[in-house]
Amino acid sequence: MRRGRALPYLLLLPGLLWLVLFFLAPAVQLAATSLYDPAGSLTTGYAMTWSFGNYPDAVAAYGAQLGRSFGYAGLATLAALLLGYPLAYVIALRAGRWQNLLLVCVVAPMFTSFLVRTLAWKTVLSDSGAVVGLLRDLHLLAPDGRLLATPVAVVTSLTYCYLPFMVLPLYASLQRLDPRLLDAAGDLFARPGQVFRRVTLPLSMPGVVAGTLLTFIPATGDYVSAELLGTPNEYMVGNVIDAAFLVRLDYPQGAALSVLLMAAILVLVVGWLRRSGPTELG
Amino acid sequence: MGSRFGRFVADHWVLAVAALVLGYLLLPVAVVAGLSFNQPSSRLSYDFAEFTLDNWRDPCAGPGMCAAVLRSVQIGFVATAVSTVLGTLMAFALVRHRFRGRAVVDLLVLAPVATPEVVLGTSLLALLVAAGIPQGFWTVVIAHVMFCVSFVVVTVRARLSGMDTRLEEAAVDLYASEWQAFRRITLPLVLPGIVAAALLAFSLSFDDFVVTNFNSGTTVTFPMYVWGASQRGIPPQVNVVGTAMFAVALLMLAATRRARPAGARRGGKAR
Repeated sequence: MRRGRALPYLLLLPGLLWLVLFFLAPAVQLAATSLYDPAGSLTTGYAMTWSFGNYPDAVAAYGAQLGRSFGYAGLATLAALLLGYPLAYVIALRAGRWQNLLLVCVVAPMFTSFLVRTLAWKTVLSDSGAVVGLLRDLHLLAPDGRLLATPVAVVTSLTYCYLPFMVLPLYASLQRLDPRLLDAAGDLFARPGQVFRRVTLPLSMPGVVAGTLLTFIPATGDYVSAELLGTPNEYMVGNVIDAAFLVRLDYPQGAALSVLLMAAILVLVVGWLRRSGPTELG
Repeated sequence: MGSRFGRFVADHWVLAVAALVLGYLLLPVAVVAGLSFNQPSSRLSYDFAEFTLDNWRDPCAGPGMCAAVLRSVQIGFVATAVSTVLGTLMAFALVRHRFRGRAVVDLLVLAPVATPEVVLGTSLLALLVAAGIPQGFWTVVIAHVMFCVSFVVVTVRARLSGMDTRLEEAAVDLYASEWQAFRRITLPLVLPGIVAAALLAFSLSFDDFVVTNFNSGTTVTFPMYVWGASQRGIPPQVNVVGTAMFAVALLMLAATRRARPAGARRGGKAR
């Protein structure tokens, strides 16, 4: 810690200015836009009429997509937790000298374009592909059943996209866990299941909380998976917001949906943090 | 005995699941690499049809694709340079100084990370439209810097707070000026964190679709190109770019790991 009262503020100034101008001010403008007169348009201009009715109107029109966003994101988060935990566990506690290589493998997918990877699922889940063929042979899928253009494809892709964000914080908290604690529990006649439930899992909760947040928040706002792998029946709120701003040019409605999405996320996140305690995010 | 057997099963069950999950993570990358050697049977087909080297021989055959890649690289460089400088300065202030209002600054830095991209993108669009600013190259840069800064702060801050300040104190004790201590001791030790932050910022900027989609106007970045092409049929060269990106990133990663001095590596683990 050094003296110099003005120095920290000088260091912060440019970055803070950027965040205030291009993050905070836009957020305020978004809230304002959501209350504009819905009768206006981009060409004639919008009047500020404090139209709180935009919110119930937006929910009435697109409540299904809003609900679906949280449903799909919840499923994807749960799937990512169930898949990510064993992987993080192995990397943190069983991988030995392979640890760094495995971590690189977890991050590596993010080096390729996100859209191109999402499109790759079109190939993997294709009607003539091996996965659909296998599921049909096992009678898990009807002979003409599909995976593409179904919620399964969208949730599979959402889970895949955000899985690294689940694995990394889980790994961070598991790696800090003292393996002697696990040995001690075993010495005291705890069965492996008990060791996991009573020692490993509680000690890794900060990682679980951070991982679920880092997966859930971006997944609710995602609309790339629904657009590329689903149909309008799988559309999430992001698809509607995109269309409202870029196709229908209905700014007040798009803004109202954006604000609703953010507000719902904040409520869920605060509730989750209250219940679960500290996170890996610090 | 029973517990030992149980443990054996538990361990190997976990290993098998972990291997499958790793496969799930890496499968799309393998598919992209495979498809870069594909000659698709039709414009809208995503299935592997026929092996070819043509896509790699002439990656720019698809109209507009290479221009879009170039645009993304330009935006990525500018956004990385600006966000790395801004974020590093902020990280120094947050780790090395006590000041009033730090909780507010922390909140403002973390908030963009906790906001879905679609909200970030639409907010900025609402502001730009209200202010009458036309969207294009520079609005994309502004948007990218905005969300990259937070990641730079987090990365550099982790590096800085794991650092042993006694090294700088020792330098000052040995009659180094504060500036010399900074140049010769602090900066070299923090540099790996700054480089990692810059690489992260570049990859975030280069790959961003959602925020860009709302703020690019008619500027076409590589993700915007892929998005547009996905409606009309994806040229197979897109997979060449995807695979090349992957290879370049792996090489950069290997290079930065190698370049890190031994002492710095240990310093990084301290926290």
